[in-house]
Amino acid sequence: MSHFATIAVSILFDGLAYAMFLFITSVGLSVTMGLMGFVNLAHGAFAMCGGFFVVSLTRSLGVPFIPSLIIASVAVGAISVPFERYLYRQLYKSTDLEQVLLTIGLAFMAIATFTYFYGPIPKSVPLPDWLEGDVNLGFRAFPSYRAFLIVIGAALIAALWYAFEKTNIGAKIRAAVDNRRMAESVGINVDRLFTLTFALGSGLAALGGGLAIQLFGLTPSFAVLYLVLFLVVVAVGGLGSLKGTLLAALVIGIIDTGGKYAFPVAGNLFIYAITVIVLLIKPAGFYGRE
Amino acid sequence: MKIFRWLGLAALALTVGGTAQAATIKIGVVLPYSGANADLGHQIDKAFDLYVKLHAKDIAPHKVQIIKRDEGPPTGAQAKRVTTELITNDKVPLVTGFVFSPSAIALAPVINQAKVPMVIANAGTAWITKLSPYYVRLSFSMWHPAFPMGPYAYDKLGCKTATVAYTDFPPGKDSVLAFKTGFEKAGGKVTLSIPMGSPVQVPDFTPFFQRIKDAHPDCMYVFVPSGAHATGVMKAYGELGLRKAGIKLIGPMDLVPDNKLQDMGDAAIGTIVMGHYAVDLDNAANKKFKEEWHKAYGPDSYPDFMSAAGWDTMHAIFDTIKKLNGNLSDAKKVVAALEGWSTDGPRGHVMIDPKTRDIVEDEHAMEVYRKPDGKLGEKIIGTTKAVHDECKILKVGRCK
Repeated sequence: MSHFATIAVSILFDGLAYAMFLFITSVGLSVTMGLMGFVNLAHGAFAMCGGFFVVSLTRSLGVPFIPSLIIASVAVGAISVPFERYLYRQLYKSTDLEQVLLTIGLAFMAIATFTYFYGPIPKSVPLPDWLEGDVNLGFRAFPSYRAFLIVIGAALIAALWYAFEKTNIGAKIRAAVDNRRMAESVGINVDRLFTLTFALGSGLAALGGGLAIQLFGLTPSFAVLYLVLFLVVVAVGGLGSLKGTLLAALVIGIIDTGGKYAFPVAGNLFIYAITVIVLLIKPAGFYGRE
Repeated sequence: MKIFRWLGLAALALTVGGTAQAATIKIGVVLPYSGANADLGHQIDKAFDLYVKLHAKDIAPHKVQIIKRDEGPPTGAQAKRVTTELITNDKVPLVTGFVFSPSAIALAPVINQAKVPMVIANAGTAWITKLSPYYVRLSFSMWHPAFPMGPYAYDKLGCKTATVAYTDFPPGKDSVLAFKTGFEKAGGKVTLSIPMGSPVQVPDFTPFFQRIKDAHPDCMYVFVPSGAHATGVMKAYGELGLRKAGIKLIGPMDLVPDNKLQDMGDAAIGTIVMGHYAVDLDNAANKKFKEEWHKAYGPDSYPDFMSAAGWDTMHAIFDTIKKLNGNLSDAKKVVAALEGWSTDGPRGHVMIDPKTRDIVEDEHAMEVYRKPDGKLGEKIIGTTKAVHDECKILKVGRCK
């Protein structure tokens, strides 16, 4: 294989892995924003919380990495329910500013709480051996952890696509995103639906947080550090759209990786350039409704 | 009646004189206590607290009152605000701390106008000390470890070509410039220079390191802030199999901070850094320092190069208080007292160069290895004695 083809494949691979992380972490944010128009800046805090659960489970309780990821996602999904029921719900009818103030406040409180218990030093997790090495595809070796990210991402996309497109609940969610009042009129319990999707989104964020430890190291500030990135993915993809979030994650993940490889001097320029261009042409994002 | 008035005045003079003799000296400490780099602040904060606790009696009858403020993110804005408040509201006669170079750079006009000495406990961009006659640096310049690393990598590690990669802010640029200068002087060639984003977020290092892997140099010199970035570098370096590809990882000691070393795992083994401190450094002062540290903060907490510099910083401040008998009101006298100050601290023998107000210290090449007890450690494989800031000697760029 020629030199350039090898480089292209490796950028595609690394970009894809990065895109999967972005997708997993952002999709919940997109759905909650699309469904309720609620600006949830504490989304990153749920991701960070998931990450620390994984750290505690693996380091202190000796649970292996993969089961820890699952337990953390379910636990954070469950924990997010009372937040939605008792805090978020109060502000559904309020202005964006009030929602932003509540949720960014929650994020800061989460940072302080986790710093108190875990300290500010970055944490890492012990990985199983099969995730530590690399997979050799003949022309080039790829880190197994990145391959693992891609596999998990693909599996989740398939599962989410099936749930959204083929199940009754998925149809209800789509209906509620499209036209909430109409959906309520035909008897769909949008409130309960929202609690469900909120828990699902938070659980996925927690999964993303757990997966991110190996990429970035985990500190309590994870809650806000990468929030801009998630919001960019949601905005570029279009609120509430699964397809849009996926496409945005892919475009941003791959172009950012390629840009960093070829023109490191440009820094974060690529991410923001894509955002500006896409939003200029399609102000509601790839698959958002104008 | 006159006699009473005289007596009263004398009594008054005695009281005033008495308080002047046993002064409470306010010291403003500015360190990052929040955010992604909070642990850097804590490493120095713990050293400060420990020194003050153990040595409070040394400056009797004087006392110090430490006023702590949050330096915030590595952008300088918050540091400038809180330090200005310390000087104008709390009227501190001296400020110390300062992890980030942007903080020290942003504060130069404030310090010059207020004439309040700043004793820098970390911020390492070489030309910072040029910005104000009231800056005294106890930590290091980026050139201290980076410049000697150049000839060491070429002569001892067999690196003929090198790639440099750095976090894109002043100390990062400074560190790679220093390495490049030393390395190319020795005969090596830097083939590629990669900026890796801002210090605020840890980036995904993979695309940068993939590029280095494809360029295939003998060595890669990496500078990142010693917080979460360092852990990220090690993970990407390990994941991409760069060591297997024959590319040695070298850098300043920020790359393997002692308090994060144990979490870095096997990927870190074989990394060679240049620095002035490691937990395992063998000298009497360091033994004592480590012992007191573990006693105060538990067996799992380790001091690192920042803590060692923090300890010496507080030591220098205490010695100055003693020397000036508690009166720090004259900034010129404070700076003069610090010039030429020296000690045998945890880092070994260090001294403030009176010409540059910057530190003179030994630099050690250290290799990460697995100790017999299973923990990771750094062993010294070479030492350069009494290193000055080469940037100011060679008058490079803003060090003129």
